[in-house]
Amino acid sequence: MGERTPLYDLHLALGAKMIDFSGWEMPLHYGSQVEEHHQVRRDCGVFDVSHLCVVDVTGPAAQAYLQRLLANDVARLDATGKALYSVALNERGGVVDDLLVYLTAEGYRLVSNAATRQRLGAWLRQQAADFEVQLRERSDLAILAVQGPEARARLSAQVTIARAALIKELQPFQGLDEGGWFIARTGYTGEDGLEVMLPASEAADFFNELVGAGIAPIGLGARDTLRLEAGLCLYGQDMDESVSPLVSNLAWSIAWTPGREFIGRAALEAEREAGVSRKLVGLVLEERGVLRARQAVRVEGIGEGEVTSGSFAPTLGKSIALARLPMATGERAEVEIRGKWHPVRVVNPSFVRHGRILI
Amino acid sequence: MSHIPADLRYAATHEWARLENDGIVTVGITDHAQEALGDVVYVELPEIGRTLQAGEQAGVVESVKAASDIYAPVSGEVVAVNGALGDSPELVNSDPYGSWFYQLRPADPAELDKLLDAAGYEQVAGD
Repeated sequence: MGERTPLYDLHLALGAKMIDFSGWEMPLHYGSQVEEHHQVRRDCGVFDVSHLCVVDVTGPAAQAYLQRLLANDVARLDATGKALYSVALNERGGVVDDLLVYLTAEGYRLVSNAATRQRLGAWLRQQAADFEVQLRERSDLAILAVQGPEARARLSAQVTIARAALIKELQPFQGLDEGGWFIARTGYTGEDGLEVMLPASEAADFFNELVGAGIAPIGLGARDTLRLEAGLCLYGQDMDESVSPLVSNLAWSIAWTPGREFIGRAALEAEREAGVSRKLVGLVLEERGVLRARQAVRVEGIGEGEVTSGSFAPTLGKSIALARLPMATGERAEVEIRGKWHPVRVVNPSFVRHGRILI
Repeated sequence: MSHIPADLRYAATHEWARLENDGIVTVGITDHAQEALGDVVYVELPEIGRTLQAGEQAGVVESVKAASDIYAPVSGEVVAVNGALGDSPELVNSDPYGSWFYQLRPADPAELDKLLDAAGYEQVAGD
């Protein structure tokens, strides 16, 4: 039996098809993942993402600690509530995890992947030895994400007046506490929306209220096709400890603040010095078929690479992928699908944003 | 618990077969198969006129999860394919027994007797 969130029984009651996700029993879908995907882009839906890891960092050295640990610079968070995306690197510049960091009234809050809970946890504790900080994993919290163009309006109608007022004011990438619920205007779908971190004991009732109000429950299947259309990386697939952010479409998230010796900086500088040799790009298959992780890719006259994530994209009505290819790759490539090579278009790895098709 | 109509015959590879009044055999995939596949996004059907042997690969059903071969439950010549599946592959999920894939003129109608009946398929589907 895997780990279960506080909503496990509700998922079953809603007819979810359950799967194992990194040791958690999670809903893949509640009937049709394609329908759930459309629901989020057109209206909104609610995801149980309580399997994510939340760690609160406090103490006088919290900022210095995170400035050492993370490739992005938390000093950029200049007001309580602000958040940023960062990767945490090892000494070789390889990605240990990707996460969101919020500046809170007490310190910082990190939200990271379920798959890396143990590994990142060990890394956080190891690095904390040199700093006066406390780390507290918040396994007492559940997390619900409500995403889509109607998410803020629909969620506002289901919460207290004070929380509705907060929702109205929240800027993108901002998260604040209201009465013990931490509400952030963040997400993983390319749509507007909110993520609510609330006491686990209150999660089942709240989820029930949302579903009862007609907000559709959305499974991990749709979560994956939504994030892929948005060009968002999935740790463990699009990047891992064997690759750097420079070849993962994540160079933008590195803050090269002069004098800030974050872990992995030297390795990244060496990689840049030598010339970054690969890039993570988007692929579009214009014909029938589905691109899938680990399919081989070849670029005529240039070299080869591999699909890192691929799927059918419901909003586009065709298949898309992220792939790591030689830096010199232009606008065309070929992917090997079940023994045959198929032409694909190479694009910027961002296919849909706020419901708009970009490619 | 998947739905297994009593009046159809089944292959262990999860195709259903129905003998029509005019001797034609209609073929689709079962409720168990569509449930295991997840949302179907593409269906590749055999060409009309193609001759298939029982157990031969006849086409492909591609879902969000994986691509799966579909097979011929009996030998015969393909006489019709269901064009509606091109525009609406999701019908395979919502109506697996109404959404036929192709039709065969069987080479030997006795081959149908070698297929599983509903009770036999229930064993295979293991629901």
